[in-house]
Parts: sequence; C-alpha cells; structure tokens
Amino acid sequence: MARIRTTVDGLVYEDDVEPRMLLVQYLRERLGKTGTVIGCDTSNCGACTVHLDGLSVKSCSVLAVQANGSEVLTVEGLERDGQLHPVQQAFHDNHALQCGYCTPGMIMQSIDLLGDNPDPTEQEVREGIEGNLCRCTGYQNIVRAVQDAAQKMKPGATASQPASVAGGGA
Amino acid sequence: MKPFTYARPSEASEAVAALAADPDARFLAGGTNLLDHLKLGVVEPSQLVDVNRVTSTAIEDLPDGGLRIGAGVPNSDLAADPRVRERYPAVAAAILAGASGQLRNMASTGGNLLQRTRCVYFADPTTPCTKRDLSQGCSAREGWARYHAILGTAADGCIATHPSDLAVALVAVDAQVQVLGPDGARTIPIGELHRLPGDDPTRDTVLAHGDLITAVDLPAPTPAVRNSTYRKVRDRASYAFALVSAAVALEVRDGTVADVRIALGGVAHKPWRATVAEAALRGRPATDDEFRAAIAAELDAAEPVRSPLGGNTFKLPLVTGTVVSTLRGLAGGTA
Ligand SMILES: Cc1cc2nc3c(=O)[nH]c(=O)nc-3n(C[C@H](O)[C@H](O)[C@H](O)COP(=O)(O)OP(=O)(O)OC[C@H]3O[C@@H](n4cnc5c(N)ncnc54)[C@H](O)[C@@H]3O)c2cc1C
Ligand code: SF4
Ligand code: FES
Ligand code: FES
Repeated sequence: MARIRTTVDGLVYEDDVEPRMLLVQYLRERLGKTGTVIGCDTSNCGACTVHLDGLSVKSCSVLAVQANGSEVLTVEGLERDGQLHPVQQAFHDNHALQCGYCTPGMIMQSIDLLGDNPDPTEQEVREGIEGNLCRCTGYQNIVRAVQDAAQKMKPGATASQPASVAGGGA
Repeated sequence: MKPFTYARPSEASEAVAALAADPDARFLAGGTNLLDHLKLGVVEPSQLVDVNRVTSTAIEDLPDGGLRIGAGVPNSDLAADPRVRERYPAVAAAILAGASGQLRNMASTGGNLLQRTRCVYFADPTTPCTKRDLSQGCSAREGWARYHAILGTAADGCIATHPSDLAVALVAVDAQVQVLGPDGARTIPIGELHRLPGDDPTRDTVLAHGDLITAVDLPAPTPAVRNSTYRKVRDRASYAFALVSAAVALEVRDGTVADVRIALGGVAHKPWRATVAEAALRGRPATDDEFRAAIAAELDAAEPVRSPLGGNTFKLPLVTGTVVSTLRGLAGGTA
C-alpha cells in the first residue's frame, strides 16, 4: 500500500492505495466519481481523460500513485454554482453527443485544447481531439460545439458565466 | 495486472541502484507505454521505480548553440519549445505527428525513446513472439506484417519496427544520449542507442538493466538541420503509427546538395539512418532523378516480408515516394 494525497475537483483526499491501482479506478471506485468513464482501458479511446495539474491525461494510463501531490480535475468539477462550463453547455446546445460515452473525455480534452488555442480552426479542433474516439456522432457536431464554445469564451462575449478555460477546478 | 511495489526516489543514483539490485524492477516515467504492457501481461515487474523526481524537465541552452533536453521533459513541452521549433523543425514535427495531446502531456523524452514495438503479436502474450521470449518463434513472419521491417532483418527472427517518431528525428540531427548506469555516466550517439535484432531481439537498445537516460543533447543546428522536416505516412491521417516516415534535413547551394541527412522510421528495428543515400547525394544536383537514384541505392539491401496475411513490399515504393517528395519540398519545390 502507498499513501497518496491528491486534490480532486477542489477537495483534498488522502488514501492508501495499491501501487497498481489506476487513477481512473481510484476516481470511480474510491471517490465514487463515476463521471469519468473507462472505454478501452488501453490508452486508446480518450474516454477517461481528466486534467492532471492542468493538463489533459488519460487516467487509465496513469497510476493513482503518480497523481500523489497533484491536482486532478474531472468532468464533475466543471460546473460552477449550478451553471455548466461553456464547453459542457456548447456540447448540449450543438447536440454533440448521442450515446454520451465519449462526452466526458471529449469535454476535458476540448478544454485543454482551448487553453492552448482559444480560437481553433476546424482542422485544429480535429487534430486537438485526435486521441478521443467517438463511435456515434461522426465528430461533426463535436467539432462545431468546440468552436461554438471558443466563441462564447472569448473575452467580451456575452457568456452566461465568466470565461474560465483550463482553470475550471482552480 | 500483477501486484508490484512502487518507489519514488529523489536521487538519480538511488533509482539506478534500485534497478541494479533487482533484475525484475523497471523505471516508470509517464507510464503511457509501460502501463499498457503491465495490463497486457507483456512485462510483470516486481517493482516500479518512478523517475519523475530524478530526471530534469528543463530544456537548457548548451554553450555551443545546442540544447540539452532533460529526460523528464514532456513530449508536449518539447514540441512547443520555440528554440526546438526554430532550430530543429524535424524534431517538433515528429513529436506532433505522434500519439495524441493527452499522451504527449504525460509522455517523457526518455520514455519515448524506449517505448517498445507496436507489433501486435508482441503485445499479445497468447501468440508466440521471439522478442518477448527467445524460446518462441515469430508470429509476424507468417502473419500480419504490414507494419514490419524491410531493412536490417535476418533470414529468420524478429522483424519488428521501432515505433518512436521522435527517435527518427533525433537520429537525423545526430543527438547524443546521456546515460547514468550502475558504473557511472556515459554518452551514446543516438544512432547507436537502438540496435538491430541480431540473435537477441529481446533487446531494443544497447542499454543495460539499470541504465537511466538522464538527458538528450542536440548539437548546434547546421543549415541543413534548420531546413529539416518530418514526413509520416500512415493508414489514417492522424493518431496512427507510421507505415513509413522520414526525417530529412537538406542544404542546397547553387543547385547542388551541400549537406543532407535522411533518417527513416517504420522500416527497421531501429531508426534507420540512410547513409548510402546521403553519400550518393552529397555534391550532386538537387533534382528528382538524383533523389530517386540515391534512395534506390539505399533500398538495394531491403528484404520485404511476403506473408500470407499481407506483407510489406508496398513499403519500397512508399519509402521512395516519401523521401523524394520530402527532399523536393526542402529544396524549394512542391512536396
Ligand atoms: C494510443 C497511443 C498512440 C501512440 N502513438 C504514437 C505515435 O504515433 N508515435 C510515437 O512515437 N509514439 C506513440 N505513442 C507512444 C508514446 O509516445 C509513448 O508511450 C511515450 O512516449 C512513452 O513515454 P513515457 O514517459 O510514458 O514512458 P513509460 O511508459 O513510462 O516508459 C517506457 C519505457 O521506457 C523506460 N524508461 C522510461 N524513462 C526512462 C529513462 N529515463 N531511462 C531509462 N528507461 C526509461 C521504462 O522502463 C519503459 O520500459 C502512442 C501511445 C499510445 C498509447
Ligand atoms: S516481429 Fe518481433 S515482435 Fe513481432 S512477433 Fe515477430 S519476434 Fe515478436
Ligand atoms: S479508457 Fe483510457 S483511453 Fe480508453
Ligand atoms: S456519443 Fe457515443 S461514443 Fe461519442
């Protein structure tokens, strides 16, 4: 067993974990944060994407012990005062999901992308989410949603909430 | 996944000593390759020694105009560094051509160079594989060999290719790998880090157990290296490993090739420096005919695999087309 201390969606947790426990298992099975899902379990599909110290990672290919001392942000930590994050809202508004399984990872990766590139072209969005597979939508509305969110998050845009980009959990 | 213990030392020497003391221990950097192999049962370590506290995450200027890249530098940071993008464009392009944003955020420079082959049989312990176990045969030779080697292969044995895009670009720019081993520190030219399978395909590199990569040095960029790029050809436009790739650097003066570097990915057990083609081109006119003749000379030694499930003879024209069009683009024509 190893003792780890992490901040997840703004709350501090301390736990003893087996070294082989994956971060995604820790989030789901220990913390009950089932918003982060497991698709492939082999670092391919991106469904399990979370932010580790502000950067997107695949939580199925990170050990919980590797997150010791770090801040983790999951899709569950995005809303503020009952308001969806602009990227969540844009996925809703643009029908960017069908079964919804890829959505948590898509949203977390899109927020990482917009942090690096606040105004991406369609091609840049497609490249930015290359590590997230969707088996339903054909990606069209996902790309639209990310570009829509980018517009809504621009300084001066009449967003219903402050334009927080990568720092959703800060 | 089999249970293992976990250590996170704060000194590089401790990490090296931990491995030296335990033949079944492994270094852990980003884990993006190793964790998949733990889940699949390809490796079953007794202990993971996390090297994140003992490998630098800094990219430092060297006195000669080169750069020292700490082994812990994430792939995403390396690709975004303005000095790398400007002086070594092939290196930045190679990283961005590989994996995905999430993986590049987590993956380290050292781990990238030491990632294992993507041969599907290697990753599947239920199929025979000489690289996993010397007592077994190779499943790829009579199986799915589309991604496999055409150069540096023996009559039998492993035909796996090295999967790293970054390593191919580093070979083209003559990087030097800094290593700390149980007997002290040493420097290995990147072209000598990876090895051909020979009679021991279980070893991808010349490193011994316990050797820790601490940094990768890029020598001061030559005019050719400043005019370099990375071209990757794959089965889909993004998020796939290379069928064939080329890191190419070219300096043309008065229509003549003054300097050229060509490293190929997806063709051999190691990133393949095309020294025959380079020698054939130096001092020659920078024309398509010369480019084509030079790469044909390099491929003279090629031995593609003809397997019942689809071999890889298609790689011969693919390498030729890729190298010729990349050289043409760097010479100022349309790629
Ligand atoms: C879906 C997917 C797609 C990918 N696509 C590509 C691609 O297109 N192109 C490409 O190049 N790569 C690709 N990759 C591979 C990725 O680049 C590697 O997994 C990554 O670079 C490995 O780095 P790491 O730090 O995570 O290594 P780890 O997984 O931590 O380690 C890899 C190996 O290196 C050893 N090691 C790590 N650090 C050191 C060190 N400092 N000294 C000595 N030994 C060390 C470990 O013991 C282990 O054996 C892909 C990966 C995935 C999962
Ligand atoms: S090509 Fe190499 S890695 Fe693949 S099955 Fe054959 S021996 Fe194993
Ligand atoms: S579940 Fe992590 S990448 Fe698919
Ligand atoms: S909406 Fe079903 S996988 Fe993307």
